[in-house]
Amino acid sequence: MTAPSEVVLDVADLRVEFRTDEGRVQAVRGVSYQLRRGEVLGIVGESGSGKSVTSLAVMGLLPGTAQVSGSVRFTGGSGSAGSRNPAELLGASDAALSRVRGQSIAMIFQDPMTSLNPVYTVGYQIAEAIRAHHDLPRDVLRKQVLALLAAVSIPNPAQRVNSYPHELSGGMRQRVVIAIAMANQPEVIIADEPTTALDVTVQAQVLEALRAAKVQTGAAMVLITHDLGVIAGQADRVLVMYAGRIVEAGTVEEIFYTPRMPYTLGLLGSQPRLDERRARLNPISGAPPSAINMPPGCPFVSRCPLAAPICETEEPLLTTVDPGGHGAACHFSDQLVGVAPADLFRPLSRETAS
Amino acid sequence: MLAYAVRRILVSVPILVIATFVVFVMVSLSGDPLSPLKTRNPPPPPQALALEAHRLHLDQPLLLRYWHWITGVTRGDFGPSVQSNQVIGPELIHRFLVTFRLIGLAMLLALVLAVLVGVISAVKQYSGTDYTFTFFGFLFLAMPSFWFAILLKEAGISFNDTVGNQVLFTIGDSSVYVDGGTWAHITDVLGHMILPTISLALLSFAAWSRFQRASMLEVLGSDYIRLARAKGLRRGPVLTRHALRTALIPLVTVTALDLGAIISGAIVTENVYQWRGAGSFLLESIQHDDAYAVAGWLLIAATFIILFNLAADLLYAVLDPRIRYA
Amino acid sequence: MPEREFTAPTRTQTQLVLRRFRQHRLAVASLIVLLALVLLAFVGGWWWKYSVADFTSDNSVPPSWQHPFGTDAAGRDTFAQVLRGTQISIGISVLVAVFATVVGTIWGTTAGYYRGRLDTVMMRIADLVLTLPLLAVAAVLGHNVGGSWWLIAVVIAGLYWAYVARVARGVVLSLREKEFVEAARALGASDARIIFGHLVPNAFGSIIVNATVLVSVAILLETALSYLGFGVRPPDTSLGLLVSDAQTAVDTRPWLFFFPGLFIILIALTINFIGDGLRDALDPQQTRVRR
Repeated sequence: MTAPSEVVLDVADLRVEFRTDEGRVQAVRGVSYQLRRGEVLGIVGESGSGKSVTSLAVMGLLPGTAQVSGSVRFTGGSGSAGSRNPAELLGASDAALSRVRGQSIAMIFQDPMTSLNPVYTVGYQIAEAIRAHHDLPRDVLRKQVLALLAAVSIPNPAQRVNSYPHELSGGMRQRVVIAIAMANQPEVIIADEPTTALDVTVQAQVLEALRAAKVQTGAAMVLITHDLGVIAGQADRVLVMYAGRIVEAGTVEEIFYTPRMPYTLGLLGSQPRLDERRARLNPISGAPPSAINMPPGCPFVSRCPLAAPICETEEPLLTTVDPGGHGAACHFSDQLVGVAPADLFRPLSRETAS
Repeated sequence: MLAYAVRRILVSVPILVIATFVVFVMVSLSGDPLSPLKTRNPPPPPQALALEAHRLHLDQPLLLRYWHWITGVTRGDFGPSVQSNQVIGPELIHRFLVTFRLIGLAMLLALVLAVLVGVISAVKQYSGTDYTFTFFGFLFLAMPSFWFAILLKEAGISFNDTVGNQVLFTIGDSSVYVDGGTWAHITDVLGHMILPTISLALLSFAAWSRFQRASMLEVLGSDYIRLARAKGLRRGPVLTRHALRTALIPLVTVTALDLGAIISGAIVTENVYQWRGAGSFLLESIQHDDAYAVAGWLLIAATFIILFNLAADLLYAVLDPRIRYA
Repeated sequence: MPEREFTAPTRTQTQLVLRRFRQHRLAVASLIVLLALVLLAFVGGWWWKYSVADFTSDNSVPPSWQHPFGTDAAGRDTFAQVLRGTQISIGISVLVAVFATVVGTIWGTTAGYYRGRLDTVMMRIADLVLTLPLLAVAAVLGHNVGGSWWLIAVVIAGLYWAYVARVARGVVLSLREKEFVEAARALGASDARIIFGHLVPNAFGSIIVNATVLVSVAILLETALSYLGFGVRPPDTSLGLLVSDAQTAVDTRPWLFFFPGLFIILIALTINFIGDGLRDALDPQQTRVRR
């Protein structure tokens, strides 16, 4: 592993709560992590685990009905914005956050079909991202826009610059969004499920563009997805989220080869694979708990093969299980050394399918 | 684009013909334009009646009457009116110009206010301001236009009394005799226009502001607004450059669709404020069972509505690139 | 390991709709007020000591215990007049809404379902109606059919069905592409069965909301028509007619002008709120997050 590099984003005990007609929804319940310069941090979890909300909280883009607490510190700032950037992002003014967004921290959203404004050309929207932070003459701006389009492998940039979003395919639109994100050489790029809404064949192009963005800007990346294949191919470190908390954290090798939390094992086991002989999938039965009606103990208890009485009363904290910093939130993580998913979860069969 | 417009106009022609035919038949069959003559005391001689019937083409079969009329219209001849001193064609034009003045200003007022109120309500959703605007919007939607117009008229009169001078006029579209130059003439016309314009604008304003609020809310919740913010744009530019620009587009169509309702509203408003515009022309013609006049009125009104809708569709295509080549 | 799930309690569709409606406090309040008004108009009007045709000796009397809404120049009790006018105006509006909804729904769903030539012709006719200023056409018709209230209702309904048809067609167009229509067809269901058994029930929500709005729109059109003299005429009365009679007396005998107008506003307002509540209850776009 390379020498430890500086931390650019420091999230500490982030909590997000929404008030709705049905009650209080606890979307994020105490998430902490540190993002280092140049690394790719993957956040994995199913729908409703809170992974997207976490990132929106970092950017300050949650609706006004959200109650956010904790701390998000951006400690990069070697860019042109310099020391004018606030360290603490939560609770910062809109003016201050607007200086950070797009310049120091950029975001890519999930659905490329709706991310771009339909009435402005693609070139206009990329240029707008640059103009929001820099004052440049038009010809310089145009050259930069064309260069960005080329960087994400959009063919015929000189013509595409004047296209409207609806004239581009989904994959191309997402690449335009990536171009917008990398326009000002940010230090952090947050990609919220960038390939989820796209066909598998198009995903490779988008991931390639994402990789190019990272290389060209040198940014650290937060890659949020539920697709373990994407994580395996792109991430350096991984956070596994469930029911609003991080339940396992480690390097990509540790997570994939030595998982120490039953949920992670379940995730790995439920992936169909071509390179192994496997008769049946080992799914996790049941569903995640309702975010309104949180049980007192471990939220995974109703689906966990290792569940014991302590799991219902005490929620396990994220504790280090390896000297390297690998953390898992399970009372019985030491029992999972060397355990394969098939050992823990029963395969899909006529008896279990209900 | 041009071909599309021409095609739309051509398609509308049969619609206009059918509409005017139906109305013509309705008016001709049910009323007797000669009845005021017949009930006069002493009754006029039968030759006078026959002469009048001939003048109004009443001695010809219904379909032939209509045929004469529709072919005459293409030459600019709208046929004989029951009111013998009236030439329908020029009179219609003159009256409609008066009404267009009222409708034009009222629509402009309603649009500007609706956009303002709608946007503010959407941006400050669920705030006190929003609730107040929504309440008044609902109230104005439930208010009968004629009732409000009368109320406003009374308020105008008492305003004049308080001020001691006739600033606001409640009768007619202009004074018969205006002393002074152009400026005096302009203020006179404006003074006559204020109250009727407000009365007419009210209902449209209420409906459009609610629509604009909904449209704005939908746009504000969309992904591209979030992306614009993620780029680092401040709230102001995001609101104007992205949200408003997109949210205003549907209003174009709504405005055009409501034109028929606005013309209906103008009929009522003209009645209350005693304007001699197209509205009062229609009411008089109906009272007199003047089939040609009513059919002529409908032809002009419907043509205007169709053209306006066409213009709105073309404007929509200009504003929204997505439908340009559809 | 027994399967346990931590969930929120589930509710049936009807319960959900009712629950959402009850949360719309303004709509519930409006429903109560409207029912009170209807009761007052129909039961109170029948039971009230003065009838519409009673000419008392009290001329132009302001509101008192004897005459809560005062009297007019001929000595007629305004309270009785307003109640009668309310009866007629509500009666017309409800009739219009029912008739227009039934005709318009059948028209629109048939056009939307079959598409092609039939759709084009049917919707051209509906568009034709909607292109015209409805008050103008209603005035022409109203003048010629006479002044009895149910004829006026027919006239107005004969125009408003086109709105319903357009809405119904739009809903059907979006529904017919859905899988359950394909499934029904695969099972051999006839066209009529699909239209009435599947499409209409699914469009029900939109249709009901539209019908509610139609009642308030119809009452405004009817009163305007009667105000101009082309709607309900003597011997019947309408709230619009009462306002028309009172327009010269706004400052001398305000009770003759304000009470009929306020009743129109109250009816239309409560119906609008109820319609809003129904819209939220039947088709919520998003969970309303309270501040």
